[in-house]
Amino acid sequence: MKKVEAIIRPERLDKVSAALLEGGYNAMTVTEVKGRGAQKGIALQFRGKEIVVDMIPKVKIEIVIGDGSVDDIVGIIRANARTGRNGDGKIFVYDIEKCLGVRSD
Amino acid sequence: MIDSGDTAFIIICTAMVMLMTPGVGLFYGGMVRNKSVISMIALAIVAFAVVSIQWVLFGYSLAFGTDVGGFIGGLDYVGLNGVGLDGDGIPDMLFMVFQLVFAGLTLAILTSGFAERVKLSAFIVFGVLWTTLVYDPLAHWAWGGGWASQLGALDFAGGTVVHISSGFGALAAALIIGKRLGFGQETMKPANIPLTLLGGALLWFGWFGFNAGSELAADGIAANAFVVTNIAAAAGALAWMGASWYHGKPSSLGMISGAIAGLVAITPAAGFVDVKSAIVIGIIAGLLCYGALLFRVKRGLDESLDAWAIHGVGGFWGALATGIFCMAAIGGVDGLIYGNPGQLAIQFLDAVVAMGYAFIVTYIIALVVDKTIGLRVDEDEEYVGTDIAQFGESLL
Repeated sequence: MKKVEAIIRPERLDKVSAALLEGGYNAMTVTEVKGRGAQKGIALQFRGKEIVVDMIPKVKIEIVIGDGSVDDIVGIIRANARTGRNGDGKIFVYDIEKCLGVRSD
Repeated sequence: MIDSGDTAFIIICTAMVMLMTPGVGLFYGGMVRNKSVISMIALAIVAFAVVSIQWVLFGYSLAFGTDVGGFIGGLDYVGLNGVGLDGDGIPDMLFMVFQLVFAGLTLAILTSGFAERVKLSAFIVFGVLWTTLVYDPLAHWAWGGGWASQLGALDFAGGTVVHISSGFGALAAALIIGKRLGFGQETMKPANIPLTLLGGALLWFGWFGFNAGSELAADGIAANAFVVTNIAAAAGALAWMGASWYHGKPSSLGMISGAIAGLVAITPAAGFVDVKSAIVIGIIAGLLCYGALLFRVKRGLDESLDAWAIHGVGGFWGALATGIFCMAAIGGVDGLIYGNPGQLAIQFLDAVVAMGYAFIVTYIIALVVDKTIGLRVDEDEEYVGTDIAQFGESLL
C-alpha cells in the first residue's frame, strides 16, 4: 500500500480532482499549504528593486492506494497539474504500513 | 438665500454618497480571489482620492462652468475660483462637493473592468484622463446646461452620467486590458461573500443620499425619490434572486446584485415616477441585468465584476424607463404610458449617445495608456496577486 502526496498549483486542483474521479479514484485529502521550491519563490522586479515572494500558496493532495495504482495516479496528476512553468509542484510516494477505517473494520 | 434645512440635508446626503465608494470597493473586493481583495478595495479609495483633487482643480469647472457649445463647461471655476459659501438654497461650495462624491464613485465603479490585473500607476493616470474626458462632459450634458438638458432629457440622479458611463467604460477597459490569466479555464472563487454583502448594503444605504439628495432640497420630491429608491432595490433583489433560484440556488450574491440593478435603474427616474412604477422598473432591472451577466459569461468576456451588466445595462434600462413611466403629477413631465411617447425618444437618444461616447472615448484612453505606460501587471505579478505585487500587503 502506498501514499501519493502531490503538491500542486491551487488553480489546478479542480482539474486534477475531476480527472482522478473520472479515473475511479474517489478518496483524497486536500490541504492548503504554502512553501517554496528550488527557485526560492517568485522574484518581482519592482521599480528598480526586487521583491521576493517566497511562500507561494499551493495545495497538497494525499491519496492512499494499492501499489498497482501508483503509476496511474501519478500520471493523472502530472497530466492535469502541469503548466510547464516553474512552480508546478512535486509528487512524493510513501510506503504505508497499515490503513484502518474509523467506522468499519 | 441659503435654506438651513436644505443645506443640512445635502451635507448629510453628501457624506452618505461618499460611503458608497468604499461600498463599491467592498462589494468588488469580496468577489475577487483572495490574492486581490486588498487591491480591489484600495482601487476604489484611490479613485475617490484622485477624483477629489481633479474635481476641485478643474473637473468641477469642466462639468458646471459656463456652457461651451453644449458639450463642456468653461474654465470659469478652475481652482474653485468664484465658488462661494453663498448660493441659491444651498451654498455653491456644498453643491460642488455633492457633485464631487458622485464623480469619485463613478470611477470606482469602473474598476470592475480592471479587476486583479491593473497597474496602480497606470490606473491613476487613466483615472485622471477618464474623469476629465468622459465623466466631466457627461455631467455637463445632463446637469451643467449641456445639449441633453437643453433637449429635455431626464436624468434625476445620474443614470446616464454615473451608470451608463462607468458600465460601458468598464466594458471598453476590460477589452483593452484583456482577460485574467486562466479565465475560463480555472474556477475563480470569490474570496469573501459577506464582504460583498456588506458592500452592497452600504451601497443601498448610500443610495438614499444619492437619489433623494439629487433633489438638492429637503422636500416632497426628495421623499418620493427616497421611497422609489428603496422599492426598486427590493424588487430588483427579489427578481434576480428568483431568477437564480429558478436556475438552481437563490444565491445571496445574486440577491445583492439584483438590489444594485434596481438601484441603478431607478436612479434617473427617482424624481419623476411613482412607487408602483418603481416596482416594475426594479423587477425588469433585476431580470435584464441577470440576463446581461449570463450573456457576458457565455461570450467569455472578462468584464470581471459586471459593472457592464449591472450599471451599463441597468442604467440604459433606467433611462428608457424614465421616459416610459414619468408622470407630470410628480416631476412635471409625462412619459409614454401617460401619452407622451416623445419623452421616450429623447431618453433613448440621450442614452445611446452617452453609451457610444463613453465606450469609444474610454476605449481610446485605455489604449493610449496601455501603449505608453502599460495598463497591466506582468504575468508573475498577476500570478502572485496584485495585493502583494502592487501594494506589498497580503490578506492571509
